[in-house]
Amino acid sequence: METESTHRSADSGSKPVSSSMFESDRKTLKIEREKISIEVRNLDLYYGEDQALKNINLKIPHNRVTAFIGPSGCGKSTLLRCFNRMNDLIDICRIDGEILIEGKNIHDKDVDVAEHRRRVGMVFQKPNPFPKSIFENVAYGLRLQGVNDKRKLAEVVERALRAAALWDEVKGRLDDNAFGLSGGQQQRLVIARAIAIEPEVILLDEPCSALDPISTAKVEELIQELKNDYTIAIVTHNMQQAARVSDFTAYMYMGEMIEFGDTAALFTNPRRKATEDYITGRYG
Amino acid sequence: MTARDQSSMGAWFRSGDPWIWLIGGGLAISLVMVVGLFLLIAVRGFSHFWPAPLVETTLTVDGESTRVLGVVTQTETLPAARVRESGVDLPAEQEFVTRHLLKVGNRDLTGRDFVWYLDEQLDEWTYPDNAMRVERREWGDFYGYPLALEQAGEVVAEGEGLWPELQQAIERAEDLHHRIRRLEKVDIGAVNRALEAIRLDRRRLEFQDVRGPELVRAEAEFERREAELDRQFAGIREERGVLMEEIERDVLVAETASGAEVRIPLADIVMASKNNALGFIGKLDFYLERIVDFLTGYPREANTEGGIFPAIFGTVIMVLIMSVLVTPFGVLAAIYLREYAKQGTILRIIRVSVYNLAGVPSIVFGVFGLGFFVYLLGGTIDDLFYPERLPAPTFGTPGLFWASLTLALLTLPVVIVSTEEGLARIPRTIREGSLALGATKWETLWKVVVPLSAPAMMTGLILAVARAAGEVAPLMLVGVVKLAPSLPVDGEFPYVHLERKIMHLGFHIYDVGFQSPNVEAARPLVYATALTLVLLILVLNLTAIAIRNRLREKYRAESD
Repeated sequence: METESTHRSADSGSKPVSSSMFESDRKTLKIEREKISIEVRNLDLYYGEDQALKNINLKIPHNRVTAFIGPSGCGKSTLLRCFNRMNDLIDICRIDGEILIEGKNIHDKDVDVAEHRRRVGMVFQKPNPFPKSIFENVAYGLRLQGVNDKRKLAEVVERALRAAALWDEVKGRLDDNAFGLSGGQQQRLVIARAIAIEPEVILLDEPCSALDPISTAKVEELIQELKNDYTIAIVTHNMQQAARVSDFTAYMYMGEMIEFGDTAALFTNPRRKATEDYITGRYG
Repeated sequence: MTARDQSSMGAWFRSGDPWIWLIGGGLAISLVMVVGLFLLIAVRGFSHFWPAPLVETTLTVDGESTRVLGVVTQTETLPAARVRESGVDLPAEQEFVTRHLLKVGNRDLTGRDFVWYLDEQLDEWTYPDNAMRVERREWGDFYGYPLALEQAGEVVAEGEGLWPELQQAIERAEDLHHRIRRLEKVDIGAVNRALEAIRLDRRRLEFQDVRGPELVRAEAEFERREAELDRQFAGIREERGVLMEEIERDVLVAETASGAEVRIPLADIVMASKNNALGFIGKLDFYLERIVDFLTGYPREANTEGGIFPAIFGTVIMVLIMSVLVTPFGVLAAIYLREYAKQGTILRIIRVSVYNLAGVPSIVFGVFGLGFFVYLLGGTIDDLFYPERLPAPTFGTPGLFWASLTLALLTLPVVIVSTEEGLARIPRTIREGSLALGATKWETLWKVVVPLSAPAMMTGLILAVARAAGEVAPLMLVGVVKLAPSLPVDGEFPYVHLERKIMHLGFHIYDVGFQSPNVEAARPLVYATALTLVLLILVLNLTAIAIRNRLREKYRAESD
C-alpha cells in the first residue's frame, strides 16, 4: 500500500514499475474474452510523405481502460486522434485501413463527423476550457444538440460535474469564468464537459501532463470511476500512471504497435525485449 | 589613446549602453514632438476664449491724433529698414521697430478689424473699465463705450443703470432670436417639405400615367392640401412678423473710441462684456460660456465666428456609421480568409492586396467613392426609387452615407488585418475542444473563436476610428461641405438623413484656416477646432479601448 502512494506522488516516467503495484489476486485479463468497442485493422497514416502509423491492428475492449505508452513521437497521440477523426483537420494527413467503432467503419461516407465526435469524446493534454462560465462550459455540448431547457441543462450539468468529482468545489460559483479554476479543476471540468454529452468512448491524451501530483491523483481516481460507464483510451508518458489506471496497455514505438495485452502482464512479464527495455528504463 | 582606453571604450560599446542611450534619445525626441504639438494646439485653442483686456491709446500719424480701442493679438520686432521701405519716417539711428497687431473690430465702420500699429506712433496704453466688447451676429466684434439703451426710439437706461438693463435686454433678444430661428427652420421648413411632397406626388402620378376621374380626385386633394399649407404659412409669417417687431424694439447706442455714435440693434448682439471690469470669477464665467457657445453653436460669418457644433456632430455620426459598416464586412472577410479560404498562391495574392490597400492614398478612395458610390450606385438608386425628384439628385450626390462608406472602404484593411491576427492567436486546443464535443466548424467559430477574438476586432476598430476621424481629403469629394444647411439627424421622419451633406471638423479646419476671407479672425478658431478634433478622437478611442478591455476581461484566456 505504501509503495503505491509513493508512486502516486512521483511523476517521473522513467522509474521502473515494480510488480508490487499490482494486486496479487488480480486475474490476468484476456482480450479474447472482452467485448470489443474499437477495432483497428491494418491502419496506416501518412503526414505528407512521412508514415506516422504503420499497419496498426488493435482491439480496444468495452468499458475498460486501455493505455498507450511509448517514447515521444511514437504515434500514440496520432492513433488516439484517429478514433474521433481529429486528424481530418490536418490537410496533409492521409489514412489507409479501417477503424470500426461498435462494428461501424468511422470513415464511411454516411458518417457525420460532428455526430461521430459526439460519440467519441476527447480530453486534451492541456486543459482547454472555453472562455465561458463553468456552467456554460459543461452545457456547451448539450446546447449544440439544441437542448435549451433550463431544468434539463441544470440537471445534466450537475450530474456531469458530480461524475467528474468537481461538483463540490464549484457548485457555488457555476456562473464564474472557467479560467478562474486551477489547472486540475480545469482538467476535470473538461472531463465533465466531455461526459455531459454521454459519449460511448472517452479519449484522454496525456490528461495529467500539465497537472501537479494531487490533481493527477484526483484525475486518476476519476478515470477508475468512469470506466464503469465508458470505454476509455488514455495516452500517457507516465508508466506508473499506465500501470495504475489501465486494464490493457499498448506499447508503441516508431509508429508500430510493439506489444499489446493485459497491463499487469505487460509490465511484469513483457513478451518482447523492446517493451522490457522501455518499461525498465533502459530505452534510449 | 592608450590600449586600456580603447578596451574600456570597447567594453562600453559591448555593454550596449550607447545603444540604450540612442533608443532612449529617439523616444525622448518623439515624446517632445508629440507633447509640443499638443501643447501648442491646446494653449492657442484654449486661450482664444479668455476675455482679453481692451486697450485704449492714442495714435499719432503726421501730427494727426485718433483714439484707438482694441485687443492686442500679436507683437513683433522688425528691422527698421523694412518699415522705412514702406514709406514711414523713422529716425536714422533707429535699427529696430516694434509693432503691434490690434484687433479693433468695427468692421462695418472702418473696413478692417485687424490693424498693425508701430509702437512709436502709439501713446501710453490705458485699460478703461467702461470699454465694451460686443459680439455681433454680423460684422464681427464691436469695440467701444455704451451710451444708452433705447426702446422703440426712447431712451430707457443710461449711465449707471445701463449695464444690468442691457444684459437683461440681450437675454430677451436672445430668446426672441431663438424663437424666430425656430419658426424659420422648423415650422417654415416643415411647410416647405410638405409642399415639396405634394409636388413629388403630382410628378409620380404623371409617371404612373394616371388620368380621368382618378386624376381629378387626386388633384382636388392636392389643392386642398396646398390651401391648408398656404394658410399655415400665412400664420407662421404673421407670428414671425410680430416677433421681428418685438426684437427690433431695442437698440444699443454706443460710441467708438474715435467718437462716432453707433446704433446696434439688440437683435444683432450675441453677448456684450466689459472685459477690463471683470474680476477673475467673472472672466472665468465668461470664458466657460464662450467655450460652451463654441462647442454648441452654429457657425456665422463664413465660419470665422460662432460655433462648430454641426462639424462635431457630422464627424461623430460619420465615424459611427463608418464603424457600423466596416466592422461586419471586415470581420467576415477576415474569418473567410483565415478559416475557410484554401491556403495557396491566390489567397496570398489577395492577402497582400488587402494589406496594400491600407497604403493607397486616401484621395484615391475619395475619387473611387465619387465615381462608384455617388455617381453609379447613387445615380442608380435615384433612377429606381426617386424618379419623381429627378433631375435633382437624392442619393446621386455626395452625402453622409457615401462619406461613411468611402471611409469604411478606406479602413477595411485595418480591420481585416487585426481580426486575422486575432483569429490566428486563438489556441488550436480550444478549437479542438469544441470540435471534439461534436461542434461543426461553423459552430466552433461562432461560439468560441469569434468571441475570443473580439478584443482583436475592437483593436482593429480603434485603429479604423482613429484613421477615419482624422481623414479629410476623400471626404471633400464624397459628402463634406463647408456649410451644411441642416444636421443629418433631426426630428423629421426618417430622423437619420443619410443623403444629406455634412460638416466635418477636419475639413472645417482646412476651410477656416485657408479658405477664410478673414485670416486673422479665423486663426484662433483653427487651433480651437484642431484641439476639439484631437480631443474628440481621444474620446472615441478611449470608449473603444474601454469596451475592448471589458471584452478582454470577459474572455480572459490563461494563454494571454
